[in-house]
Amino acid sequence: MGLEDLPHNFLTGQIEDLVKWARRSSMWPATFGLACCAIEMMAAGAADYDLARFGMEVFRNSPRQADVMIVAGRVSQKMAPVLRQVYDQMMEPKWVISMGVCASSGGMFNNYAVVQGVDQIVPVDVYAPGCPPSPETLIHAILTLHESIRTGEITKRRQQGMPLEMNHEHASPWVPDVPTAVRLGTPR
Amino acid sequence: MTDSLGQLAGVPHIAGVGVDQIAFPGREGYLPLIAALRDGGFEMCADLCVVDYLGHPGRPLPDGVTPERFEVVVNLLSLSAKRRVRVRVQVPESDPSVPSLFDLYPGTEAMEREAFDLMGVIFINHPDLTRILMPEEWEGHPLRKDYGNARVPVQFKEAPGPR
Amino acid sequence: MTTIGHHNDEDDTMRTIERPSWSPKDTSEGAQELLTRSETVASELGRESGAVLRLPDGQVLDATQIDIDRPDDETMIINMGPQHPSTHGVLRLMLELDGEVVLRTKPIIGYLHTGMEKTAEDLTYVQGSTNVTRMDYLSPLHNELVFSLATESLLGLEMPSRATWIRMLMCELNRVSSHLMWMATNGMDLGSTSMMIYGFREREMILSFFEKTTGLRLNTNYIRPGGVAADLPDGWEDDVAVICDTVLERSFEYDDLLTGQPIFRERTEGVGGLTAEEALALSVTGPLLRSTGVPWDLRRSMPYLAYDELDFDVIVGTYGDNFDRYAIRLAEIRESIKMIRQIVEKMPSGDYRIQDPKVTPPPRGRIDASMEALIHHFKIFTEGFKVPEGEVYLPIESPRGELGCYLVSDGSSKPFRMHIRGPSFVNLQVLPLLLRGGLLSDAVAVISSVDPVMGEVDR
Repeated sequence: MGLEDLPHNFLTGQIEDLVKWARRSSMWPATFGLACCAIEMMAAGAADYDLARFGMEVFRNSPRQADVMIVAGRVSQKMAPVLRQVYDQMMEPKWVISMGVCASSGGMFNNYAVVQGVDQIVPVDVYAPGCPPSPETLIHAILTLHESIRTGEITKRRQQGMPLEMNHEHASPWVPDVPTAVRLGTPR
Repeated sequence: MTDSLGQLAGVPHIAGVGVDQIAFPGREGYLPLIAALRDGGFEMCADLCVVDYLGHPGRPLPDGVTPERFEVVVNLLSLSAKRRVRVRVQVPESDPSVPSLFDLYPGTEAMEREAFDLMGVIFINHPDLTRILMPEEWEGHPLRKDYGNARVPVQFKEAPGPR
Repeated sequence: MTTIGHHNDEDDTMRTIERPSWSPKDTSEGAQELLTRSETVASELGRESGAVLRLPDGQVLDATQIDIDRPDDETMIINMGPQHPSTHGVLRLMLELDGEVVLRTKPIIGYLHTGMEKTAEDLTYVQGSTNVTRMDYLSPLHNELVFSLATESLLGLEMPSRATWIRMLMCELNRVSSHLMWMATNGMDLGSTSMMIYGFREREMILSFFEKTTGLRLNTNYIRPGGVAADLPDGWEDDVAVICDTVLERSFEYDDLLTGQPIFRERTEGVGGLTAEEALALSVTGPLLRSTGVPWDLRRSMPYLAYDELDFDVIVGTYGDNFDRYAIRLAEIRESIKMIRQIVEKMPSGDYRIQDPKVTPPPRGRIDASMEALIHHFKIFTEGFKVPEGEVYLPIESPRGELGCYLVSDGSSKPFRMHIRGPSFVNLQVLPLLLRGGLLSDAVAVISSVDPVMGEVDR
């Protein structure tokens, strides 16, 4: 990502923090909504669960202008090369969130038509389970990604070639301090 | 309306659930029967699908109808008379082809393409019989009973069960 | 390793670039794509121009209106999708354009094919509704309903009246949420981003009620063969009354926002006109068919559940254009609210699922106490219940049209063949007809107005 090669001193440390802050604060998603998870992704961008507070309400249609690709839904055999083409067109730095169980592992469809996990095609940074994941789960996944960018976790993992996990020895588990939606009559 | 169902008089038929009649024409009588039903007031073809009966224990058919491996099932709908009728044609495995209904009901174009793609039944005189749901170079017809479902074995289960 | 040619303008040479090995193979789909006119069979061209619809002479498309005799090199074939913001999911369209005017269209589907009909043969009838519910993911309760009704008709069971009325309530709420979602995405496709936010705001209220009743917002797996999974929660009448009042009042806000607005009118009136003969020939159902003037609604014409006891109107359009479809869906939201209010008044008491030990598991509390109850529960959830041999085609009216389930049973506990007639799959056939002669931006509006849900198209 261009940051690892700089010699480390106080000034470049500050610039690194600035760059990381900029990257995580206005991360623009590329529209890759496929199936039911796409509806929950749209709901996450709408009024009740607002992605605009994280700077992510602009879903860029052109992958050249996007930073993160949220693969929302089941990927069929016919769609797999298209997915890879869109991922290749995105510019570095780029991240992938695999939303839903169908994108993470094939989900309930273990058959000829569905790719068993989108990580067979593109490298994934965060997996969000659920069928479909509630918009709160998606927001948690997005914030996990933001947190790992903030701590620099993501560049270290990429170098080692290992998948990303929130390693709680380095950073304390960060729970987002956001108000939950008001439900009809549901006691809180 | 009774005249059109009278067309079924020459064709073996039985009563069904939710439909007035289920007709079993042979492949030669298939198109004339559908044309007669269409002229008799069945304006819309609701659904066309193919069933692969390989491994089925045995299904009730009227006399004079020999069971084959594939069956093309057509559900017709009459809006004016609010009735439905079903037509089932037996299609042998050795020569899996039936005439296409496209000239009578243009709405069957996509349904027949799907039946061809997933089951391998050929519809003669269809304008564009290519795969519709699977990628173009896919081999095999996935919905057939002898095509496995290509499960990927899941690591954490020891015995391959139904899930 | 294929090479890509690159023209170097400075010295006017061709430089070839090696395509890297990780770049995927071509996403071309060969024979499924739109080919240039010289390569297309005559009957297929005729299909595209509607000539085979056997229209009466006065209504055949006037070839002089659009110059279809342009030579091949003056038109372009472009590709729209499958990843595109305006195609409502993974629909790929190949368009032949003459400037901005669309001549020929070919939709290519299959990018969401999940093999659900094959999966259904491996799942028992109890598990079947989890699979079917994910087809039309905007109205999952309708998919579950059609599967459950088909299974029950093969079993020969009659549902208790409370179960039937609960099913009707949930399905009408689902219709409202599906149409609100349509209004949101249609508004956004035509440029009104605030409509997107408003539609989702209303929808959240309904999804909260679903979560309270069924446990999930989407893909609920609530309507099962034998009844519904759980009874309605306490205080549901108040929740539903709040939903009805709010959505009804806000539907008048949408009227203010969209119906009178000149840009919206210009973009939707007269665009994508369909006639009744074309609709019937192409097997189109739902709001598309009703917009052409044919008053066909299965809830009125061939009622299922208890729709014959409700008082509602069937909304019919006149011109078959986009504006008619918008007006029909908006009015259907209001009709559904009217129906929901009647259901709240008339809801009978009783069992929410049939008390037949063959299909209904025992209550959870009894499992701890009784061994027979435990074995019964175990058998139903592992082996499933056996359905007698037979076949049935059962249609219902989903927000998109006639949703049908053709179920063939061989006497075992798993369906032998389950085929779902998805209304969007059949309705997509009107696209070549509706897009012809329109502008490219109208293509977006027309696709949105046809309201395809790709999960149901591809299954």
